[in-house]
Amino acid sequence: MSRTDWEVVIGLEIHTQLNTQSKIFSGASIAFGAEPNAQACAVDIALPGVLPVLNKGAVERAIRFGLAIGGTVAPKSIFARKNYFYPDLPKGYQISQYELPVVLGGKINLLVPDGKGGHYEKLVNLTRAHLEEDAGKSLHEDFHGMTGIDLNRAGTPLLEIVSEPDMRSSAEAVAYAKALHALVRWIDICDGNMQEGSFRCDANVSVRPRGQAEFGTRREIKNLNSFRFLQQAIDYEIQWQIDLIEDGGKVQQATVLFNPDTGETRAMRSKEDAHDYRYFPDPDLLPLVISSDWIERVRGELPELPAALSARFEGEYGLSAYDATALTASRETAQFYLDTVAAAGTANAKTCANWVMGELAARLNKAELDISASPVSAAQLAGLVLRIADNTISNAIAKKVFEALWNQEGGADANAADAIIEAQGLKQVTDTGAIEAIIDEVLAANQKSVEEFRAGKEKAFNALVGQCMKASKGKANPAQVNELLKKKLG
Amino acid sequence: MSLSLDEVRHIAKLARLELADGDVDATQAKLNGIFGLIEEMQAVNTDGVEPMSHPQELAQRLRPDVVTEGNRREAFQAIAPQTEAGLYLVPKVIE
Repeated sequence: MSRTDWEVVIGLEIHTQLNTQSKIFSGASIAFGAEPNAQACAVDIALPGVLPVLNKGAVERAIRFGLAIGGTVAPKSIFARKNYFYPDLPKGYQISQYELPVVLGGKINLLVPDGKGGHYEKLVNLTRAHLEEDAGKSLHEDFHGMTGIDLNRAGTPLLEIVSEPDMRSSAEAVAYAKALHALVRWIDICDGNMQEGSFRCDANVSVRPRGQAEFGTRREIKNLNSFRFLQQAIDYEIQWQIDLIEDGGKVQQATVLFNPDTGETRAMRSKEDAHDYRYFPDPDLLPLVISSDWIERVRGELPELPAALSARFEGEYGLSAYDATALTASRETAQFYLDTVAAAGTANAKTCANWVMGELAARLNKAELDISASPVSAAQLAGLVLRIADNTISNAIAKKVFEALWNQEGGADANAADAIIEAQGLKQVTDTGAIEAIIDEVLAANQKSVEEFRAGKEKAFNALVGQCMKASKGKANPAQVNELLKKKLG
Repeated sequence: MSLSLDEVRHIAKLARLELADGDVDATQAKLNGIFGLIEEMQAVNTDGVEPMSHPQELAQRLRPDVVTEGNRREAFQAIAPQTEAGLYLVPKVIE
């Protein structure tokens, strides 16, 4: 069989748990980690005669999301019943939205790693976002051969965000999921905690010969709760589908589960009954009407969005698209960077970016700390950047000072870097006479390198520079050492 | 429109209703009767009429986002057939 060039088509459905206080249709709490069923009230366990009443906070978060992605917030949307039987769904249906969702359209711009160290831009269109309730949890561990049901999660508000099938690789799918994850935290509608299930991805994956207009048959991978699993599951699924077709098989529409232990996907339910949900408008709930006044008020309260801030970083501070995107990965990171630049001056914005994304990010990562818990404050980092800018210290010494700042050696004040430079005598030596004295000493002690250099060995020069820096304990200005050394040898 | 016997069985299965073989024909006749009623309604010209999702022309009232319900697990579980460790127990479900 001839090798076909396959094109991958991926669309994502992402369930974000909204960070309200109470449930979407009842006044029970949604706090994580409560005793089983301690937060399941009469509405959540579907006692006869109860009625759902919609939570304004959940609707407001949906509006915020709709505005943040440039979608349309529907002036009128409808709740529908999605019917299926499962013990963790006590009503026998999930209240969701079907024909008229609360948000339509919208788009999100991504930077996708190209696998060669660079990045390319990608636009992903959104289809819709709708409000719905979560189901409870089934615990299949052994309760004398029975299943245990915890309904604390039943009725937790979710916003399901559905993308168009615009992604063409697992890398694009992951970049999209990450961008959405950053956005819902940025606009503060979801805590983004993937381990606790606050942000869960379903991936619809199909393949088709490149150039073919129709989509191939898709399989849906359910419940991926980490970006790594999302990537692994999609990559496995793509290869599985291609192998199947190339062996003469046909992909059957199915829902599949990813097993992180084996790295494989496997079919979970047959297509037969899976999509026979018999949606119909829920007679218990009237249409959700959202006035333009309400929308405008929410718009006025939105923070500056990451895309806008990132564009500002590129335009005003001259950062690359990649740096600007990295610095707007979270509101906390962006704020830290803004505070650093505010203290160090716009002229040093690029240096500030390098330190926030470089040394600081690496140390925070290693210590598993969030930037909001950084032991080095933005003002202190700015103090360090200023001393590099005015040549008080070299970049190499700056790393030493940063280390001391991290260990709180300079105290808590904004001028901690100055205190450390002073106390440890780290000021850069720029006095020509002093540097010449060091060079003379080094030359006298390294006659062999001098002879090698004169014989044409360029490397010997670098060795001599290294010796001079070492002799000055790293404090000599490297550019001056280079220049003076050249003069003396030349 | 009329339903086939297989469709009647399928609908019963989705609704978790057990239909004895002898009841399938009668159920089919009843359901088809309902379809007859729907056909009559569909004959009415509704061009230009916006579909309603609810018989009342009202908007949904919203509830402030406040926790108002406390823990009443003990009372609820007193009427449950079987519980353990705070969980409701049900016959084992396996996907």
